[in-house]
Amino acid sequence: MAQIIIKNLRKEFGAFTAVQSSSFTVEDGEFFMLLGPSGCGKTTTLRMIAGLELPTSGEIYIDGAEVSQKPASQRDIAFVFQMFALYPHMNVRKNISYPLVSQGMPRAQVRAKVSEVAEILGITALLDKPVSGLSGGDRQRVALGRAIVRDPSCFLMDEPLGALDAEFREHMALELRALHDRMGATTVYVTHDQLEAMQMGDKIVVMNHGIVEQFGKPQDIYDWPATTFVAKFIGSPAMNLLEFNDVAGNGATSVRLNDAAIDVPEILSGTNGKLTFGVRPEHVHLDDAAPYRGRIIASEYLGTTQIITFDTPLGAVKARIKADVAVRIGEVTGLRFDSRSISLFAPNGHALLSKANQKVLSHG
Amino acid sequence: MSFSITEPSNRQKWIAGVLVIAYALITLMPLAWIIATGFKTPADAIAYPPKVIFEPSVEGYVNLFTSRSRVTPEDLAALPPPETFYDEIVRQYDMVITGPSKYGERFLNSIIIGFGSTFLSVFLGTIAAYAFSRFKVPLKDDLLFFILSTRMMPPIAVAIPIFLMYRQLGLSDTHLGMILLYTAVNLSLSVWLLKGFIDEIPIEYEEAALIDGYTRFQAFYKVVLPQAATGIASTAIFCLIFAWNEYAFAVLLTSGTAQTAPPFIPTIIGAGGKDWPAVAAGATLFLVPIMVFTILLRKHLLRGITFGAVRK
Repeated sequence: MAQIIIKNLRKEFGAFTAVQSSSFTVEDGEFFMLLGPSGCGKTTTLRMIAGLELPTSGEIYIDGAEVSQKPASQRDIAFVFQMFALYPHMNVRKNISYPLVSQGMPRAQVRAKVSEVAEILGITALLDKPVSGLSGGDRQRVALGRAIVRDPSCFLMDEPLGALDAEFREHMALELRALHDRMGATTVYVTHDQLEAMQMGDKIVVMNHGIVEQFGKPQDIYDWPATTFVAKFIGSPAMNLLEFNDVAGNGATSVRLNDAAIDVPEILSGTNGKLTFGVRPEHVHLDDAAPYRGRIIASEYLGTTQIITFDTPLGAVKARIKADVAVRIGEVTGLRFDSRSISLFAPNGHALLSKANQKVLSHG
Repeated sequence: MSFSITEPSNRQKWIAGVLVIAYALITLMPLAWIIATGFKTPADAIAYPPKVIFEPSVEGYVNLFTSRSRVTPEDLAALPPPETFYDEIVRQYDMVITGPSKYGERFLNSIIIGFGSTFLSVFLGTIAAYAFSRFKVPLKDDLLFFILSTRMMPPIAVAIPIFLMYRQLGLSDTHLGMILLYTAVNLSLSVWLLKGFIDEIPIEYEEAALIDGYTRFQAFYKVVLPQAATGIASTAIFCLIFAWNEYAFAVLLTSGTAQTAPPFIPTIIGAGGKDWPAVAAGATLFLVPIMVFTILLRKHLLRGITFGAVRK
């Protein structure tokens, strides 16, 4: 298995730049998520790692070897396509054995290998069936079988669960993760679904407009977003972002939100101008004594919790609170923010370094 | 795959069936008449009113395949008795067989030129269509339009230049010349039809093959070609039908070595102008290869005609 290093990777399609200058490292055995909205360059990045697109500039190292200009067939990687791309004129067995046949493996060995893989995926009974009659989940398993059968140095997956219905996605997500844990293979997985990324990934890269916005562990990204884009993209509902004008000096421990002083983690890279105050809904509490106030305009019941929407002087704020707290629409109340969890963003959208997030954000 | 929203009623099926059969009868009428004429005697063939019931004879076929010459009754009597049934038929008319006719050769020419140009059109068409479908070709749209534009006038409009060019190049009355000509005419159809089919094949199949360790050519050969088989088959039928039936260029550019069957068949009628059964026999046999070819590939043909209309 292998480590994958991406350095200053860039891809242009004519006048359009799909990937600006990506750099990140996928450690050996990691389940790595490339996350972003459609058109952000995540699939292009994956295809460059696979060798299906050649980068305009930059380097790709797989297992220490620079491969950026090599064709796909020489990279020893497996790719799982969103639409599975099973060869329609072959049956399941032939599909799975196809990568082995290209290596010139003896027939008996191919047979043994294919049965072994079919066993792992629970598709032994399907081996002699044509692929056209298979259900979505079984196609997915065959596609996985074709990927794992030759023990590649890494797996690349392009929204492999995208073509499945919701009910089955959950199940396949668990199955995929279990398969990964069992094989310990380096996996790069593209998705636009932040929940899927957080649920399955060891690490996440968040991309937008061809730029890597943030790269790190799911929890770090969730707690300490590097940019307002990440803050908005990750989490449901998203982080509350309130724009305000203030000076946030070095060493400051509070900011003024519409004349209310709010404690924040000690700021290390101060700035001023139009700042953005970010807080996750679960860190917003109802507290009549709090100075920052808002009027309740909506509540959504979610079982164990409820989402309350407030109208406040600086914009709407959502709070996630216990479901059994009774709230009345139209009521005006104070909002207390959990001061240890607050993020501040500079006018350019980048997070201000603070005592709380410096460990997460200082590496890049 | 169902095209109707509701299942047709029995009466609707009945009416549809009757209409289809009536249409088939009308279109098959000339064909049936030609086949029947091939088995008439020359006298029956031109009888008036036309004979629907007649005594079948293979005279037409004998005349089609033989050259004959007239002899005096005395000479005929001096000959040894006829050895074969066809000798016997010919002698009724005071004639003897002097050798085989040219029909076999012309038929073979049709096969060589028809299938040769079909193979070449489909081969070049597949490669070109693949390139147009998958690669960034500079001025792609203009090139495709240019290729199509070669079909915007009847090919025969350029007959004179081609005739002069072929004479200069020594391609007149050669197999190669006719194969090249029919290929040139068919290629635009072939590129356009096949591009449509190849466009429908998801590019992921090839990418999967590339990832699986195959080269681009292997991916084309092992994954794209089997997927495009339907398109290739139906394109081949269209190309063959054109090359097989082409008459005008064949008359103009061939006279001997490379003459195909279409310009030859009318010449069978002979000086007396009475040998309609031989002409009909020649036409009947001429239909056979293309019918066999079409029946073999008919499933693909149906899909080819309706291609693009129905998404799988």
